[in-house]
Amino acid sequence: MTIIANIAAVAGTEFRISLRNWWVVLATAIFTLFALALTFSGTGGAETKAGQLSLAAANIATLSVYLIPLIALLISYDSFAGEVERGTLALVLATPVSRAALLAGKLLGLIVILAIAMVSGLVISSLAAGLAYGFDPDGLVAIARLAVTGLLLGSVFIAIGMLVSMASPRTGAAAALAVGVWLLAVVLYDLALLAGILSDSGGFFTRTLFPYLVIANPGDAFRIFNLALLSDKAPVSGLDGIASTLPFDTSYAIAALVFWLAAILAASYARIRRLAP
Amino acid sequence: MTANPSPQRAILSVENLSITFGDLKALRNVSLTIARGEKVALLGHNGAGKSTLFKSILGFITPAGGSISVAGGAPGSTQARLAVSYLPEAVAFPRMLTGAEVITYFARLKSVDPIEALPLLERVGLDAARNRRVGDYSKGMRQRLGLAQALIGSPDLLLLDEPTSGLDPVSRREFYEIIDRAAASGTAILFSSHALSEVEGHMDRIAILSRGRLVAEGDLKALAEAASLPVSIRLIAHEGEADALHARYGGQRVNGRSVVLSCEARDKLALLGRIAADQAGVDDIDITLPGLDDIYRFYSMASETGDTP
Repeated sequence: MTIIANIAAVAGTEFRISLRNWWVVLATAIFTLFALALTFSGTGGAETKAGQLSLAAANIATLSVYLIPLIALLISYDSFAGEVERGTLALVLATPVSRAALLAGKLLGLIVILAIAMVSGLVISSLAAGLAYGFDPDGLVAIARLAVTGLLLGSVFIAIGMLVSMASPRTGAAAALAVGVWLLAVVLYDLALLAGILSDSGGFFTRTLFPYLVIANPGDAFRIFNLALLSDKAPVSGLDGIASTLPFDTSYAIAALVFWLAAILAASYARIRRLAP
Repeated sequence: MTANPSPQRAILSVENLSITFGDLKALRNVSLTIARGEKVALLGHNGAGKSTLFKSILGFITPAGGSISVAGGAPGSTQARLAVSYLPEAVAFPRMLTGAEVITYFARLKSVDPIEALPLLERVGLDAARNRRVGDYSKGMRQRLGLAQALIGSPDLLLLDEPTSGLDPVSRREFYEIIDRAAASGTAILFSSHALSEVEGHMDRIAILSRGRLVAEGDLKALAEAASLPVSIRLIAHEGEADALHARYGGQRVNGRSVVLSCEARDKLALLGRIAADQAGVDDIDITLPGLDDIYRFYSMASETGDTP
């Protein structure tokens, strides 16, 4: 029971500090504006009343791939490096709290922050869309699916942010590394895949390797999963066209996300055990 | 030197500890034992290895040699962490939390009911500031909060790394009173400082670190005797009698009316006896025993010239 009480204490404190630092409000405001903008701008006006929410879900899924990892890394890069730099971690590590509980508590506190931001944003934008165009049950399901998988994606990047934070001697270095991870995982990876397809012109890479490489990336796995289940309701293009022609079940995408989360948490646990304040 | 506490009563036992950072030997063959309820001052210049010793006792640094036992457990083990409380030099807390929230947080981490821990704020004089954010605290207030945090759950061993730096003289006295009370209830205290004269009279034993070596350990009296530093006796003469006193006892004429004599500690009583029997021309006597500053200087200088006592 001690470990649960310890995790709750760490998570509660992490959350309280983020609340007072305005991170919770800021993340919620950004995500709400983002969801509202995508719900109303990408839906093409009054002539497409049916499936309005599904369309919004497709738009949000496409662009969340950039925003969710960004918010997740922003709230987590400071989690350990900042405490080491400010000298607050030594006191915590000197207490009987186990390092696993510390890791789990911080992760949980940060996930709650992201969950508040995402759920608020999605509820507000869906309500607004529903009131404007009417509620579409399929769309609501798509939005709910988006919230759950988005949180899983966010958890992966929060875990990455925490690992980056433990691996960096200073907050500044952790921030730089987090930006680097974001660019690599979210932007450059997809560009590299596109370049591969263009140079391969329909060969082995495009037909066999490409789908697996897509879902090996957590952001793409999230997007493909959500778009595959929406492909009959919303138009998709570009890289996402693969969503309707996957050579395997879409649940593999979720498995990929869960795998990443487990692998990064395992690495984080190995790191935190050696962490010296 | 005083005998070390028996292993049964020892809460902290450091044996032949060596710590290296690359080529730098931060600690060399340091041995130190502390019993329950004992207060030990750890003295040394900046860089002497005081904080390194604390960090190794906490398990933050792995020794290159030797061993440490905290409450019978290895440093950093759950058993050791349950027994130890730590107050680092320049303690810091999350700026956004209030004093009461910090104590509640650390009480939970130590599995102590916050309701039992919160009165500690009163004990360190922070009751009025309990609902203010730590970011608005002065350095002295943060240090007091650090002490309250360290006292949560009545630890077996308190590690205080230069805890009084940043405290005004009144706060310092209160600080020592709190520490004395903790020691009286059985907490062992290891207290580092370079404000040497400050710990005099507050500690049971003194350990002096110099360049990573423990160059002296014992109570003040034993250290002074081992150093055989002279006792200074100042005779204040009746008017016009100073020259006669100087002629009789030797020593040094100062200030027109005084003669300052210097003698070894073991000769002190005999000399005072002579003066008391004689009395002629003596108006008053002041005796100055060697202070901690003198003793400290003696041992750290001796170690720096390579002549370890």
